[in-house]
Amino acid sequence: MKKVVAPLTKDAAKGLRAGDEVLLSGIIYTARDAAHQRLCALLKKRGRIPLSLEGQVIYYAGPTPARPGRAIGSCGPTTSSRMDDFTPALITLGLRGMIGKGGRSPEVRKAIRKHGCVYFLATGGLGALLSTKVVSARAVLFRELGPEAVYRLEVKDFPLIVGIDAKGGDIYDKAGWKKK
Amino acid sequence: MRNISVAKIKDAVRELCLKANFELRPDVMRGLRSALRAERSSRARGILRTIIDNARIASANKLAICQDTGMVFISLELGQDVHLAGGDLAKAINDGVKDAYCRGYLRTSVVADPLVRKNTRTNTPAMIATEIVPGSRVKITVSPKGFGSENKSRIHMFRPTASARQIKDFVLDVVRASGADACPPLILGIGIGGTFDKAALLAKKALLRPIDKKNPVGGYARLEKDLAKEINALKIGPMALGGRTTALGVNILAYPTHIAGLPVAVNVSCHATRSASKIL
Repeated sequence: MKKVVAPLTKDAAKGLRAGDEVLLSGIIYTARDAAHQRLCALLKKRGRIPLSLEGQVIYYAGPTPARPGRAIGSCGPTTSSRMDDFTPALITLGLRGMIGKGGRSPEVRKAIRKHGCVYFLATGGLGALLSTKVVSARAVLFRELGPEAVYRLEVKDFPLIVGIDAKGGDIYDKAGWKKK
Repeated sequence: MRNISVAKIKDAVRELCLKANFELRPDVMRGLRSALRAERSSRARGILRTIIDNARIASANKLAICQDTGMVFISLELGQDVHLAGGDLAKAINDGVKDAYCRGYLRTSVVADPLVRKNTRTNTPAMIATEIVPGSRVKITVSPKGFGSENKSRIHMFRPTASARQIKDFVLDVVRASGADACPPLILGIGIGGTFDKAALLAKKALLRPIDKKNPVGGYARLEKDLAKEINALKIGPMALGGRTTALGVNILAYPTHIAGLPVAVNVSCHATRSASKIL
């Protein structure tokens, strides 16, 4: 099990290979459909977004509310492919890592390879277990979106598998079954 | 005539929403355990183990099994000798959902309009399917359905002369197209017959049957078994990273249909297929 720290350095991203099992610690940001749409609309309109993405990792997730005494509620990954249309633009802003479930589009794979990023898989449907790896959480952007707001999470030993690496290697190419 | 207060329905809906979200169905847990025994690859076994751990953590801490606590499907079997008193039934059901989601630390995932997309912040409205049945009891089943798998569901209007092979191939296509996104190992609800809308409702209701309870109709029990075998032979496996378990269960519900048609709906559901029932 490799230990990885977020935000990700270029070297750390390049040192990972599809299929590697890693434990991620550090700061990551949640964003899902509505937040991606808003970020990209702001980028188009104003040429910048209210969040520095340099080296950062975005987690495609919308958690349940935290019970008193807990950092966060259930917080597993959502389907990454729904973010595919927005991702290349965020990668050009410096985004270096993404966490979600399922495969990505050819465009996202290309952007990952071009910019030396990494796409991690979290196991879908493990929201309760993954919540125990979150040390703290607070909404930092688009609070009015509720579960779809951008949350800043501090995570410790968050278990992930590298899905797509900086060389374009994709775990699903090796999984041994075909979409047809 | 038996009087039942709608307040009792509201309380039952609230209780069932919480139970379904915190406690994995026993039949699904049994399915996961038997899948773990069958798997050979260490990765598939590791993923299945974490899925079982997740269910334990959820139940012990009253945490949602999955953060997608779903749009709530409610099946109401209403005895015709029951008089529901004390208010509006649909409102009572939605109030029960609202209470559970707003006070039970569940995610509200419903938007008021599909195009405007503003969150209702109550997880209402629920999808309510009411069936009038003989007797004086009310059976309420609550099933919070996540959309990672819902998005992969499909319906096909086959020709009446379609073969079982063609239907199986359609189901296999749906499973392949679901890939990792629907959180395999999957549970499939398949509705065959009726009209366009009925087939989809049958597919949804098929998910409510325990996956280890045999289909009472012999022909469909066989079709379920054959389909499960072919789906698992795809080797998609847990998290679609390869393995022997792609479907934990295949449940079919059939209904009479028209001479010109053969609707087949596949409602894809994840390894965290959730539901809970109560009879009043």
